[in-house]
Amino acid sequence: MGAVVEVHNLGMKYHSLNGEVSALENINLEVQEGEFVSIVGPSGCGKSTLLSLIAGLLFPSEGSVIVGGKKVTGPTCQVGYMLQKDYLFEWRTIFENVVLGLEITGTLNSVTREYVEGLLNTYGLYDFKDKYPNQLSGGMRQRAALIRTLATNPQILLLDEAFSALDYQTRLAVAEDIYSIIKRENKTAVLVTHDIAESISMADRVIVLTKRPGTVKNIYDISLTCDRKTPMSCREAPEFRYYFNRIWKDLDIHV
Amino acid sequence: MCCVREMDRLNDKTGISEAHRQFLKKVRMRRNLIFAARILLLVAFFALWELLADLGLIDPFITSQPSRIIDTLADLYREGNLLYHTGITCLETVTGFLLGTITGTIIAVILWWSEFLSKVLEPYLVVLNSLPKIALGPIFIVWIGAGPSSIVAIALTISLVVTILEVLNGFVSVDQDKIKLVRTFGASRTQVLTKVVLPSSYPVIINALKVNVGLSWVGVIVGEFLVSKAGLGYLIVYGGQVFQLDLVMTSVLILSVAAALMYQGVVYIEKSLLKSGKHTSA
Repeated sequence: MGAVVEVHNLGMKYHSLNGEVSALENINLEVQEGEFVSIVGPSGCGKSTLLSLIAGLLFPSEGSVIVGGKKVTGPTCQVGYMLQKDYLFEWRTIFENVVLGLEITGTLNSVTREYVEGLLNTYGLYDFKDKYPNQLSGGMRQRAALIRTLATNPQILLLDEAFSALDYQTRLAVAEDIYSIIKRENKTAVLVTHDIAESISMADRVIVLTKRPGTVKNIYDISLTCDRKTPMSCREAPEFRYYFNRIWKDLDIHV
Repeated sequence: MCCVREMDRLNDKTGISEAHRQFLKKVRMRRNLIFAARILLLVAFFALWELLADLGLIDPFITSQPSRIIDTLADLYREGNLLYHTGITCLETVTGFLLGTITGTIIAVILWWSEFLSKVLEPYLVVLNSLPKIALGPIFIVWIGAGPSSIVAIALTISLVVTILEVLNGFVSVDQDKIKLVRTFGASRTQVLTKVVLPSSYPVIINALKVNVGLSWVGVIVGEFLVSKAGLGYLIVYGGQVFQLDLVMTSVLILSVAAALMYQGVVYIEKSLLKSGKHTSA
């Protein structure tokens, strides 16, 4: 066990004609292998910027991001990224959608094809592989999006408000579903969310960011007493409310 | 959408409730009624035209007459002129239309690629877009010569700028998060173009095709008015000059049929390209 993601003294500034905006300041954090980490913060605190920096889509103004022992210089296959919506391409079948990453990295061959078919099979989408996205339910689409991310076999999954586009009931079910898949595939995950309950129910560790410019305000190791750790059962744990209140106070939200 | 239609078809065969059967019947009745009314309108128009001319209420020398149009058609066909003139005009239109759309799309790709170039050329494109391209006709005739190439050039210019602006607009309005998605896989700019931008813009490109069909006809007919020695536009101008309204009306009728057929052709391409609900025109 070692840190797969290390963030050192990270700062990010955006420039526009209206001036300079500091989105993130002096962020230090580590994510251990196999860990599930949530990042919560008020809206506009630079949570998504942080994920983009880890994914190599943006480059920091200060400090550095190290993934798997190497400094991030651009998107790599080590890191998989899940967006708010599934963004399955409506002109591609489910199978064509799922192999998109392999196609782009030029690694679509019989071995990876078999791996993807295995994933589709395990997660109940094999029968739908020749269907188009609009023929699938919201939950299945999200699952297909996860398989698309898993197809390139990344070590780390970044979930950028991955459930926020779904309605509440579907969201609970999909969170449960995605969580079990991530655990089963033994991936490290970083979830960015503004939903406190979601962050506590899924994560081993919750990192609270402050308002813009975002810095780390608090880090909570979540230990809940529940038999089988799933997001749903975690919500019933007696300690859940304690964490919820602490984080709520940290966020210091006033209307 | 299409799934619903398929289900309707399935329901037609299997047992469905009486109320639903009634509903489907009503929908079908209404569709048939609309179709019948359309045919009736067309027949009535021509019958009235014929009748008024026969009764001497309108002068067929000036307005022509359906029976005389049929005679003219038969004459043209016998002399071998019908297919010749129609063929030339259609060929010019298709060429101008295809060239305009393809060149326009290629230029749109270049402008999408280089935001700098796109910004530089923006005011010029706006001016060119509002300029009536027909005004360039005489210039093409001097440069390229009085022949079919000039006519194609006019047709091409008419659809070119619209295509560039439409398609570029489609490219730019592609969901940024879809682009972000492929970038997380490390996609190059070429891959962003071929995997996301172009396929998401198919509906926009098809729309440009639809507009361009009409514009190309305008370009070709105006071009033929200006220079040609053959084609439907030529027949119309010639007929007008020698006061043969039969010839003018006949050519206009052929023109409308040809234009409608070409439009249907594009609709057919659209259907086969975007088949089975691949595109939900999002």
